[in-house]
Amino acid sequence: MSYTVNEKGYYGDFGGAFIPEMLYPNVEELRTSYLQIMETPSFQKEFNQLLKDYVGRPSPLFYAKRLSEKYNTKVYLKREDLNHTGAHKVNNTIGQILVAKHLGKNRIIAETGAGQHGVATATVCALMGIQCVVYMGEIDIERQAPNVARMKMLGAEVRPAKSGSKTLKDATNEAIRDWINNPVDTHYIIGSAIGPHPYPDMVTRFQAIISEEIKWQLQEKEGRENPDYVVACIGGGSNAAGTYYHFLDNPEVGIIAVEAAGKGVHSGESAATSQLGKEGIIHGCKTLLMQTNDGQITEPYSISAGLDYPGVGPLHSHLYRTGRGEFFSVTDDDAMTAGLELSQLEGIIPAIETSHALAIFNDKKFKPDDIVVISLSGRGDKDLNTYIDYFKL
Amino acid sequence: MNRINKKLAADKKLLSIYFTAGYPELNDTVKIIEDLEKNGVDMIEIGLPFSDPLADGPTIQESSTAALKNGMTTKLLFEQLADIRKTVSIPLIIMGYFNPMMQYGVEAFCAKCQEIGIDGLIIPDLPVAEYHEHYQHIFEKYGLVNVFLITPQTSDERIRFIDQVSNGFIYMVSSASTTGAKNTFGNEQSNYFDRIAALQLQNPQIVGFGISNKATFEQATKTAKGAIIGSAFIKHLTHNGVDSIADFISSIR
Repeated sequence: MSYTVNEKGYYGDFGGAFIPEMLYPNVEELRTSYLQIMETPSFQKEFNQLLKDYVGRPSPLFYAKRLSEKYNTKVYLKREDLNHTGAHKVNNTIGQILVAKHLGKNRIIAETGAGQHGVATATVCALMGIQCVVYMGEIDIERQAPNVARMKMLGAEVRPAKSGSKTLKDATNEAIRDWINNPVDTHYIIGSAIGPHPYPDMVTRFQAIISEEIKWQLQEKEGRENPDYVVACIGGGSNAAGTYYHFLDNPEVGIIAVEAAGKGVHSGESAATSQLGKEGIIHGCKTLLMQTNDGQITEPYSISAGLDYPGVGPLHSHLYRTGRGEFFSVTDDDAMTAGLELSQLEGIIPAIETSHALAIFNDKKFKPDDIVVISLSGRGDKDLNTYIDYFKL
Repeated sequence: MNRINKKLAADKKLLSIYFTAGYPELNDTVKIIEDLEKNGVDMIEIGLPFSDPLADGPTIQESSTAALKNGMTTKLLFEQLADIRKTVSIPLIIMGYFNPMMQYGVEAFCAKCQEIGIDGLIIPDLPVAEYHEHYQHIFEKYGLVNVFLITPQTSDERIRFIDQVSNGFIYMVSSASTTGAKNTFGNEQSNYFDRIAALQLQNPQIVGFGISNKATFEQATKTAKGAIIGSAFIKHLTHNGVDSIADFISSIR
């Protein structure tokens, strides 16, 4: 079984590039050049230098002693929350802005839900002096005012997506429409392991630094490269893809994906795509997605703005269907409780997305000598208002 | 011979109209089709609404959202069209995104189209390579013409491939844009129209996107076989209602 993308852009049954002809030249240009660009020494040098000096990598692999004691297993946290801009998102935007430069593009567009990917994109555009337009659902703009302000401070233009449900999926539609209307000078930085091939693979490769570091860090700490489990939360699935990447072909490493169950998987207010989704096409990619029987894409719900995407990356659909990945879904309540628990056991306030992964201990019992690595994908500063409202702090 | 191929063989420039099924009102579908034929339209694209129409500008996004809100579904559209061939004889094409067709079942969808008397499909997000590899035999089994888009950015080599796989006409997108985005044609369009004409393709070309009035219709059909009007017609329905179709068509030709 292969877990890497094939030459046609598929992971098993999922992936491909279901795009209108208007996007074909852009996507084809990227498809034929991304690997080549990523392999050039000058790209590698600049990418690694920026990850080190600008992002602050390697991010620590932290042994969570009190959390480990509580759940009677060995828990390591991969601290992506310590990256510049506060989450794993920047690994991908650094990579893609360098690809855009190699392709001679002078304008960047991006979509954002909660604003994390928008901020990470605006950040690298400021760094490179490139024009940046971020599409964000009109409703999300109201809900995420601090991140809108950050993007503006960084010099980006934030354009409201006013179509459809006015949230992340519509912001993605608007970004794609912008790309259709600006086919020559613009690069679209997709923020997750979604979209038409080669995006899922390209984003995964940029995020793969997470598992690359876990391997040598674990070797230093435990004398072994492979943990027993890697755990990550999944919306579109970019932090998860990066956390799993170098372990996909090692069957002794268990892969655990945690989706947002919202108010309960079958409550009608959920984002548990693997449980509720059917095979279909979203944003240029064949994957599992939440939709009506008639094939209309539905609006998911989660307390976490970064997990409420109606689809999931094609790699993850493949991991689900083949059984390589074990999928769990965690409710708002369980996630919030796990976020508070980590804060008080380890002194780390996680993003609510990440809190879903931390709630895995409710559903899965690990052995005392298991080594469990959890991707601490982002920090909780952006979520303080939600935590305040929820816990009446 | 498919009605589309017969119509394309006629010695005239073709006017084709797109509308969104279920808009302005859920049950306007049959009336709009009948009125378009009565007023001399040559071909009709019936839009199957989708929640996430990537290639469409604001007008068709809004008509699609409204149609879905009105209750339009694939199944209902087929029910509305069940008797359409008793009253309408011009070519009918369903234009929609691939996901609703996948969920209905591609083969079941095509079989239903044949049963009703639909002549062809336009599916902007089903790329030619996917079609060629997985679906062409199904479309052909049910006698459907599949129509592909080309744009000013499409290379000559790719246009030749699309020409080979096509069996009706080629949908020439007038400019790099979503539907309804531009209202006039400049030098870029003229050069593009001339470039395509010079390729001497085996399939005739029909121009769409940005055709909104008599002037753009005439300019587009100088070299192409016909033109498709969508957003401008939908705007007309929004402002003037479904009883004013004759006014719109007579303003074009």
